[in-house]
Amino acid sequence: MLRAHGANARKIFDLIWTFGAVAVTTWLLVMLVLAMALFRRHLAEASRSPLQIDSDQESRLIRAVGIATAATVVVLIALTIGSFFAGKSIASLSGSETVIVRVTGHQWWWEIRYPKIDSSHAIVTANEIHIPVGESVKVKLDSLDVIHSFWVPSLAGKRDLIPGRPSELSLIADKPGIYRGQCAEFCGYQHAHMAITVVAESRKAFDAWRSRQDSDAVTPIADEERRGQAAFLGTGCALCHAIRGTLASGTVGPDLTHVGGRRSLAADTLAMTPGALAAWIADPQSIKPGAKMPRIALSADDLNAVATYLGSLE
Amino acid sequence: MSGIRQKKAERIQEGGPKGIRDTSIDEARLRAFLAHAWQTPKGLYGWLATVDHKLIGRRYVVTAFLFFIFAGLSALAMRFQLAAPEAGRIGPDLYNQLFTMHGTTMMFLFAVPVMEAFAVYLVPLMIGTRNVAFPRLNAFSYWIYVSGGMMIWIAFAFNTGADAGWFSYVPLAGPDYGIGKRPDFWAQMVTYTEVSALAVAVEIIATVFKQRAPGMTLDRIPLYVWSVLVTAFVILFAMPAVMVSSTMLILDRLVATKFFDSAAGGDVLLWQHLFWFFGHPEVYIIFIPATGFVSAILPTFVRRPVFGYLGIVLSLIAIGFLSFGLWVHHMFATGLPQLGESFFTASSMMIAIPSGIQIFCWIATIWGGKPIFATPLLFVLGFIFTFVIGGLTGVMVASVPLDLQVHDTYFVVAHFHYVLVGGAVFPLLGAVYYWFPKVTGRLLSERLGHWNFWFIFVGFNLTFFPMHILGLQGMPRRVYTYPLESGWGSVNLFISLSSLVLFAGFALFFLNMLLSLRNGHLAGDNPWGASTLEWAATSPPPSYNFPHLPVVTHRDPLWAEPDTLPVIEGLRVDAREVVGGTVADAVPQLRVPSADNSIWPLLSAIAVGGTFFASIYTPWAVVWGAIPVSIGFICWFWPKGEPEDEE
Amino acid sequence: MKKRPVVDVSHLPTYDFGAASPMWWGTLAFIALEAAGFALAIGTYFYLAVLAQHWPIAAPAPDLAPGTAILIILLASIVPNHIVDRWARQHNLQKVRGGMVIMTIAGIVPLIVRIWEFPALHISWDQNAYGSIVWFLLSLHTSHLLTDVGDTIVLAVLMFTQKGKAGRRLSDVSDNVFYWDFVVASWVVLYLVIYWTPRM
Repeated sequence: MLRAHGANARKIFDLIWTFGAVAVTTWLLVMLVLAMALFRRHLAEASRSPLQIDSDQESRLIRAVGIATAATVVVLIALTIGSFFAGKSIASLSGSETVIVRVTGHQWWWEIRYPKIDSSHAIVTANEIHIPVGESVKVKLDSLDVIHSFWVPSLAGKRDLIPGRPSELSLIADKPGIYRGQCAEFCGYQHAHMAITVVAESRKAFDAWRSRQDSDAVTPIADEERRGQAAFLGTGCALCHAIRGTLASGTVGPDLTHVGGRRSLAADTLAMTPGALAAWIADPQSIKPGAKMPRIALSADDLNAVATYLGSLE
Repeated sequence: MSGIRQKKAERIQEGGPKGIRDTSIDEARLRAFLAHAWQTPKGLYGWLATVDHKLIGRRYVVTAFLFFIFAGLSALAMRFQLAAPEAGRIGPDLYNQLFTMHGTTMMFLFAVPVMEAFAVYLVPLMIGTRNVAFPRLNAFSYWIYVSGGMMIWIAFAFNTGADAGWFSYVPLAGPDYGIGKRPDFWAQMVTYTEVSALAVAVEIIATVFKQRAPGMTLDRIPLYVWSVLVTAFVILFAMPAVMVSSTMLILDRLVATKFFDSAAGGDVLLWQHLFWFFGHPEVYIIFIPATGFVSAILPTFVRRPVFGYLGIVLSLIAIGFLSFGLWVHHMFATGLPQLGESFFTASSMMIAIPSGIQIFCWIATIWGGKPIFATPLLFVLGFIFTFVIGGLTGVMVASVPLDLQVHDTYFVVAHFHYVLVGGAVFPLLGAVYYWFPKVTGRLLSERLGHWNFWFIFVGFNLTFFPMHILGLQGMPRRVYTYPLESGWGSVNLFISLSSLVLFAGFALFFLNMLLSLRNGHLAGDNPWGASTLEWAATSPPPSYNFPHLPVVTHRDPLWAEPDTLPVIEGLRVDAREVVGGTVADAVPQLRVPSADNSIWPLLSAIAVGGTFFASIYTPWAVVWGAIPVSIGFICWFWPKGEPEDEE
Repeated sequence: MKKRPVVDVSHLPTYDFGAASPMWWGTLAFIALEAAGFALAIGTYFYLAVLAQHWPIAAPAPDLAPGTAILIILLASIVPNHIVDRWARQHNLQKVRGGMVIMTIAGIVPLIVRIWEFPALHISWDQNAYGSIVWFLLSLHTSHLLTDVGDTIVLAVLMFTQKGKAGRRLSDVSDNVFYWDFVVASWVVLYLVIYWTPRM
């Protein structure tokens, strides 16, 4: 079973256990009474007309049904009130956020933006959110194509990303860790491969990450990397992807300025390894059929060079 | 009214009533006359032109089960793909079509039509009349339904199957992101089936209101008939919502209206509101008749009248009303104001009260009776076992914060299969076992029936219970695959294997029907010793249902008077005629002529269906299609010298 | 099973007017479901209006003239409509024939005026959501108008044939009267929505 690692999720999990316990108890009681009704000794003879009804028994049954109904009403009212207060206390988590993250849903990846604060620029990345542990984070959600739903189960409940209707959600992670999330609203071909990773780390590590993201992409030094950059800029890649510090400034696909530093590729379809990068560039459609990234004809050497170059962009 | 009185006076002057009446002719001649008046001609023409509610009801049931098989096989294909993580057996393009076709077919082409089909067959028999109020509308509704269903499945065969989920959310199904003509076929199929459902609802309401046997006052209406009456009203007010929304969808796609385009003043959530305003009552359109089956089957097999008749009727009505106040609970994750959400939580919880009352009444019925464990009762017990689970998880998802965790996961998949399979299909299978002898004259095999029940019951629970756990572990629905690291693989494999058990159960079910059709024991009129009027007719019933229409003096007429049937006299036997009565007390008011066979409902359905189909490709179809449609309807309604016109 | 005759229905008529007739209930059920459709479409109108910053979106309020003319014609038609009903109930075939001709005209005239009503909206259906919903509402009502005019014409023709002499057909005339009232009533509501909401 999944575990809760944030205040928001913990309140929900408490509620699930409460409701679950009530449900199991109720079900067992109903089944017990049903079994008794079926297998108790029936005094009536078979020859009796079905319309002959024992009136004493009938009034006992009326009482029993009345009591059961009243109990149902009481339990339901209690559950409604419990649910209401859980909702309120989750809502009260928002308001004290120290970090703001903008998440935009695309078919089938997540665009992540951290707005400009004080000295640092706004930063753009994809499919991986970093947050400081123990601090409340505001996630602002929007979509530019179809409806998606942002859901990191062990941190919080889900919230839809609806075109034309921006919304937001609060997250807190109790302890450092890597939490997987996934799009929860069916969004087309690759709905299954639209995952997001939340990295919760200490404030210090978070700040370090943020300032690293703030910088432009590293300039390639090795020949292989230079060749890779040239191939990247020379073929179609730059039309869709941006690498800050180079001429590549496409906005259709994920920003690749620090792609090598991410844990995974193609919205958590593949782990980030040099081999996976090359395989992905070589033939995205066989790995993620329907994805918007086309296959681009590259020589084997260029392909390896591009993969090496991108892998170096940490 | 003076006009009628004057006419009547004229008639008396002319010398007595017209036509041949059932009053003073012997039984054999009576049957011969009635058989002639109510016959369906032999051959293809008769097959196409019949308006006999039993023939139409039967083919409705058979068609619905055929669609059920298609949808079931789609599910099996999905389980094949999901049995292992990152499996490449079925790609996303086909998988998305499969789950959409599965849901769409189960909801629109199986569950709702099969419930209507039973009502079309049973209601006239149970209330003691000879046909539904509008027999030709009934035939029309079937033809429209079958053409809509065939259309979407043929489209699927040409790789144009709907693929945006059974609720086709925009913008995914809208003009910018919908793939090819797939969403258009979906939208028009919905229109077809809604037209047919609405037609049935109208005729059920008129039939139950006006054609009940004399003496069948409101408090003597069989509970099953009450349940389909309430359902008909729910259809009447819910289905227009999906017709409005699917029309808007196709207009957005076809002529660039902007209903759902947020850049031009439209709204994406408008679709969800309209769809779920229909979509939630839809669940009750399926569930309420199923509770009617339970209330019909249970008393027969525990040998006593149902406990708490009035409580059950009021519960049915309450469920009907409340079902319109729940739709937003499908939209909690879209982020609505908290006060609004609380209202919908409360109303969603509240609907558990009338559902609970029904369960308690049924258990009390069992308590006060003496159960006979025949297959129909087994399915009813299986229903209580599983439906209570589905109801309780329903209470869970009614809670906003809880729903935000489990919404759109396998927990919800498990929940609604418990409600729909446990809550509706189990009683439906029980109903098939219960009424099969009435429809065919032969009993289904009890031996196979027991095997059938246990395979389905065990297979169902093994398949769907673990899905609760998958959902709580975070597996979203509608994914064509999942990563190895998720750890969901073994549970999914278990589910896929269990689905084979469930599949085998359904295979036994169909096998039993096929075998028993030929070799089953002859049933006789009332094999179960049941109490309602349909068991007073022969098995199978003749085209005219009853030689003399019955009169009702008790809520359980065949138990109150097991040996004699009080009947009506004075109806014509040389023309189709039924009795019309007052709505509340069923006091006879009219001898209503009943429509004869006609080919025009079929031809009209072809015209309407062709228009809908062509409108997928051009809006002008609506203009040009209006011509054949009008011709069809005019010929349908134009009187053709029926005998009743003489009076 | 033995039969025990207890009710004799041989003296009952084969048709009647109003709630006694099953067809009247069928008509009522159709009216109910169509009213539900109208209500949802009107609900959509207000839903979109509440969402919009300005309503109507990028268009002036529609011109009053054609819609108001239709309103007046339809309201006026209620009078002959109910006179026809009375004649039908009196089995006065001659008068019903004349009345049905008048009702046919009373149905066709608003349909002709409607040709000017669509341009008077000053917006096309594909410009924005406001355009879409007003065209939708107007088309929905037009389709009802067309259907009932068609029904009226068929019944009117029927009245002049031999079949019209059957009393049951007069009951059909009466149900047609009932449905026409619905067409008129729904226009009163839609008229207020389409023409007066933008002016508030």
